[in-house]
Amino acid sequence: MSRGVRVRVWGDLALFTRPEMKVERCSYDVITPSAARGILEAVYWHPGMKWVVDRIYVKNLIRFTSIRRNEVKSKVSASSALTVMNGGNKPLFISSRQEIVQRAAILLRDVDYVIEAHFDMTEHASDEDNPGKFKDIIMRRLRRGECYHTPYFGCREFPAKFELCEDDTVATEYQGVEKDLGYMLYDFDYTNPEDIQPMFFRAVLKDGVLEVRDQEVVR
Amino acid sequence: MADVIKNRYEFVILFDVENGNPNGDPDAGNLPRIDPESGYGIVTDVCLKRKIRNYVETVKEDSEGYQIYIKEDVPLNRSDNTAYEYLGTDDKGIKDLKKKDPEVDRKICDFMCRNFFDIRTFGAVMTTFVKAALNCGQVRGPVQLGFSRSIDPIVSQEVTITRVAITTEKDAEMKSTEMGRKNIVPYALYRTEGYISANLARKVTGFSEEDLELLWEAIINMFEIDHSAARGKMAVRELIVFKHSKELGDCPAYKLFDAIEVKKHDDVDYPRKYSDYTITIHEEQIPETVEVLRKI
Repeated sequence: MSRGVRVRVWGDLALFTRPEMKVERCSYDVITPSAARGILEAVYWHPGMKWVVDRIYVKNLIRFTSIRRNEVKSKVSASSALTVMNGGNKPLFISSRQEIVQRAAILLRDVDYVIEAHFDMTEHASDEDNPGKFKDIIMRRLRRGECYHTPYFGCREFPAKFELCEDDTVATEYQGVEKDLGYMLYDFDYTNPEDIQPMFFRAVLKDGVLEVRDQEVVR
Repeated sequence: MADVIKNRYEFVILFDVENGNPNGDPDAGNLPRIDPESGYGIVTDVCLKRKIRNYVETVKEDSEGYQIYIKEDVPLNRSDNTAYEYLGTDDKGIKDLKKKDPEVDRKICDFMCRNFFDIRTFGAVMTTFVKAALNCGQVRGPVQLGFSRSIDPIVSQEVTITRVAITTEKDAEMKSTEMGRKNIVPYALYRTEGYISANLARKVTGFSEEDLELLWEAIINMFEIDHSAARGKMAVRELIVFKHSKELGDCPAYKLFDAIEVKKHDDVDYPRKYSDYTITIHEEQIPETVEVLRKI
C-alpha cells in the first residue's frame, strides 16, 4: 500500500514570503516544502498522520509581479480582549485610519506545481487508524475536490486549485536546466512549542524538479 | 447561538464600474490597478472586504455580536484605549491566570469571534502577548476572497479638473484656479471568486446561517453605501452562489468557476455598459448535488 500521492496545484498568484524580507514581502522563486505541506493539510489532515513532501515539480516559468496595498500594522490585543471579556465594556477595535501602513509585495504569477508527498503515521494514531484508511480518504477527497478549507499559495487571497495528478511524467519549462535557488525555508520544527525553530535547505531546481527528500537541513 | 453553516460554498461576484476608479494603486499615483503584463484591471481582496465591513457596520450599528474590529474611522483615539489594555491585568497576572485556566486562550478567541462579525467571517491575528504566552492565536475565518480581475483589459483615463477655491493665501495672490487630476476607468466589469469553508465555521469561528445571509446582503449592497467622487458608478451585477450538499464539498472549486462564462458580445469593440456582456452558466458542468443560486 503506497502512502505516496501526487497533487497538481495551480493558480494565478502566489506569495511564499522570504523570512528575511517579510515587511515588504518578497516571494521565494518556488513554493516552499512547508507551504506545500500546508496545501496538503488543507485537503486532509489527522493527528494520526503527518505529511512529508518529497519532490516539487515546477511546471511554469518563474515570473513575478508586484502589488502595494494598505494594510493594518496592529494585531488584536489579547489582554484588552480579556479586559472587555471580564466586564469592562470599552470599545475594542483597530482604527485603520491610524494604524494603516502601505506595503508592497512581490508575488509569483501563473504558478503550476505538482507536489509529490507521502504521509507517515504518528503516535497519536488510534488503534482503528491505519495507512490504508488515510490513503482512501485522501484519494477520495482529491478525486472529488473536497477539502477542509480552500488551500492557498502562501496567503489566503491567492487560492490554489488542486487535482489529483495521475500522469506518469510531468511536463516542465525547466527541462535540461539546473537552477540554484539558494537557501530556502524547509519547514518549522514544532517539537518544542515554546521554541519553534525554522529549518532551511539548499534548494536546487534540476530539470524542473525540486528534490526535497534527503536534503541536509540547516537551522 | 444560531446554527453554524453546514455546507461548503463558492461564489462569484461580478461588479462593474462606470467612470470611476474602483481601487487605486498606491504604487502608481492612485491610478486604477492594472496588471502591467496583460492590461487587465485588478481590485484587491482587502478592498472588497473593507466594503463588506463598512456595510455591516452601517446596518448593524455595532449591535451585539455584530461589531466590527477593523474600523475605517473612529471617534475615539486608539491611544485612549491602550491605557485600559493594561489596566485589567499585566504580564504577570496573565501568567497566573493561565495557570488557573488553561483554556483562557480559547475563551478569548471565542469571545472575539462571538462579538465581532469580521473576525467571525474573515478571521484575525491575535498574538500580541507572546511573551506572556497568552496567545489566542490566528483565527482563520471561513470566508476567503481572491483578487478581482476585469473580464477585458482596461484603459485608465486621466481627467484634469480645475477648482476655484485656493488652499493657501500665497497661492491665491498668484492664480485664481488650481488644477487637479482624476483617474477613471470608462467602463469595466470585474469578476471575483470566493470560498466559504464550513469546517472552519464549525470548528473555529461559529459563522452562522444568519451571518451568511448578512454576508450575501453585504456583498450585493457593498457599493450602494460607498458612493464617492472617486468611485463613479459602481454596482454588483451578479452574485452566483454554489451551495455544496456536504460540509467538505462535492466537486473541485475550479470546475464550478469554469462553468460561469462571462463574454463580451462579438460586435462590441469597447465595452461601455453591462449589456455588452453575456453571462452563461453551463449547468451541464455542475454536478447535480451542487445548488446554484443567483442572488440578484
